[in-house]
Amino acid sequence: MIHITFSWNLVADVRQMLMFRFMVNALRAGTIVAVLAGALGWFMVLRRQAFAGHTLAIVSFPGAAGAILIGASATVGYFAAAVAAALVIAAVPRSLGGRARSGESALIGTVQAFALAAGALFVSLYGGFLNGLTSLLFGSFLGISSSQVVALLVMAVLALAGLAAIGRPLFFASVDPDVAEARGIPVRLLSSLFLVLLGLAAAEVSQITGVLLVFALLVMPAATAQQITVRPALSLALTVLLGLATVWLGLGVAFYSIYPVGFFITTFGFAGYVLAASWQAANGRWRRASGRDATVAVAA
Amino acid sequence: MGTAAREKTKMRTAVDTADAVRFENAAAQVGGRTIWSDVNISVPYGQFVAVLGPNGVGKSTLIKSVLGLVALSAGSVTVLGRPAGQAGREIGYLPQRRNFDSSLRVRGIDVVSLGADGERWGVPLPFAGRYLPSRRAARERVREVIDLVGASAYAERPIGQVSGGEQQRLLIAQALVRRPRLLVLDEPLDSLDLPSQSAVAALISRICREQNVTVMLVAHDVNPILPYLDCVAYIGRGGAVCGTPDSVIQSQTLTSLYRTPIEVLKASDGRLVVVGEPEAPARHHDRHEDEQA
Ligand SMILES: Nc1ncnc2c1ncn2[C@@H]1O[C@H](COP(=O)(O)OP(=O)(O)OP(=O)(O)O)[C@@H](O)[C@H]1O
Ligand SMILES: [Mg+2]
Repeated sequence: MIHITFSWNLVADVRQMLMFRFMVNALRAGTIVAVLAGALGWFMVLRRQAFAGHTLAIVSFPGAAGAILIGASATVGYFAAAVAAALVIAAVPRSLGGRARSGESALIGTVQAFALAAGALFVSLYGGFLNGLTSLLFGSFLGISSSQVVALLVMAVLALAGLAAIGRPLFFASVDPDVAEARGIPVRLLSSLFLVLLGLAAAEVSQITGVLLVFALLVMPAATAQQITVRPALSLALTVLLGLATVWLGLGVAFYSIYPVGFFITTFGFAGYVLAASWQAANGRWRRASGRDATVAVAA
Repeated sequence: MGTAAREKTKMRTAVDTADAVRFENAAAQVGGRTIWSDVNISVPYGQFVAVLGPNGVGKSTLIKSVLGLVALSAGSVTVLGRPAGQAGREIGYLPQRRNFDSSLRVRGIDVVSLGADGERWGVPLPFAGRYLPSRRAARERVREVIDLVGASAYAERPIGQVSGGEQQRLLIAQALVRRPRLLVLDEPLDSLDLPSQSAVAALISRICREQNVTVMLVAHDVNPILPYLDCVAYIGRGGAVCGTPDSVIQSQTLTSLYRTPIEVLKASDGRLVVVGEPEAPARHHDRHEDEQA
């Protein structure tokens, strides 16, 4: 038996880690998941649809639990629930001003509460399925097979290709819906398509990371990157890089510790966000202060 | 634009009527309610026209019907020689009261560039500006319009964090970036202070003259734009009057349009004061019913 010990020789540590099949697969899956969640999360944060994204991640739980309960495969449950929820959320008009937006968040909250309750019901109906519950909520990052990685890759490529195809008009419709509509962009349709893609990604990611970690991967890298830069292409690229860094670091540290992967991934993501946000705040204050100095100098 | 395309445009211009926008006996309904009817308005090419009227009378609806976003319930509207909705690429549009969320982390220059190619499917290639001449030209055009509206100093800042007037200039640049032949601006002077109002009005008039762009501008107060206007169109529920500012903005014309006594006073500095204009807030429907009665 190989003894796993952490040395400060990082190269040796990484080499040791990669001797384990399950770690290689975890890293592969983590890489795919980080890219997919990062790209969709970037648009989600830009569109201020984090609440919708959270709900789409949460509905995987009753979806999978319900599917297992009726004897179907959990995978089918993940996707069916996420796509159904995406279509429900998309059915509320969004671009018609303030009232529709609050209507949207009320509806999303309702869907989310109901989804959680349904999930709890399915779990108790099934009875004695606590093992499954843990992996639904906290994922099975360390038990991924090579064929699962391939399936994940295919789905991720499809979802990212879909996102790339609608990328620029979606950006337009997110930033400036009125003018986009006047230019003939199908704003409503794009919004629905985006929610479905987000639902697919959430379902995909939650099979690997568990329902609770999806949201972290969707929101944290994107929020951090958008704090750091306002250039769209750069901040999208940065989102993906930050996602990769968090997942790799999280997996690496978890390998040498007794604590769960999810904790480390979330912690690194959170630390990155706090750093970026405080840097941004300090920067703003400094700029305001120097601006004031300039005004004083002009006045003097 | 290729030579062939330019030829086509020329041909189309040749068969065009003299008007960039023409409403004929037009009526519009929103939510099942007739907003205005019997509207006849002609906007000749190259002119600067103000669309005026009290709140809720349907000025924005009129603009949207020019864009083809609102279908007329009667009559017709011709835009640049074609039915409304078919001239999308040649119209620059600035919607009413659009304030960007202060937390939106997108630069002004990105919003302006969306005006150039925002509806193209796919995503821009990274670094395309370096090696594709067409992309480089597009980027230069964006810089050019930003310079034209005098927004270079803040175009790189997040758009939610520049002032309302600065946002308005960036949005005018966005509307201009594709060299439209018609510019429709819905209350671009709204929420600006007086000096910015006259600066933006002068800017729009300069664009109209120098770039030969037809401008339809919805305004609340005619005074900041009065010196530059060729034409005004006052909208009422039962029709519209359209003509030179002097002929339209006078007590008799407005009184008969709104069927309520209206007096137009001229201050010594040339500013016009319209007294008694029905300034009903949009929600007070009963007020409109009174007007009709
Ligand atoms: N989505 C809608 N549903 C129902 N009625 C509407 C809707 N939008 C506008 N209206 C009504 O249509 C009428 C015309 O609206 P419009 O926005 O065109 O007025 P406006 O002249 O631009 O007013 P303002 O000066 O306030 O901008 C108003 O009476 C308004 O109440
Ligand atoms: Mg309006």
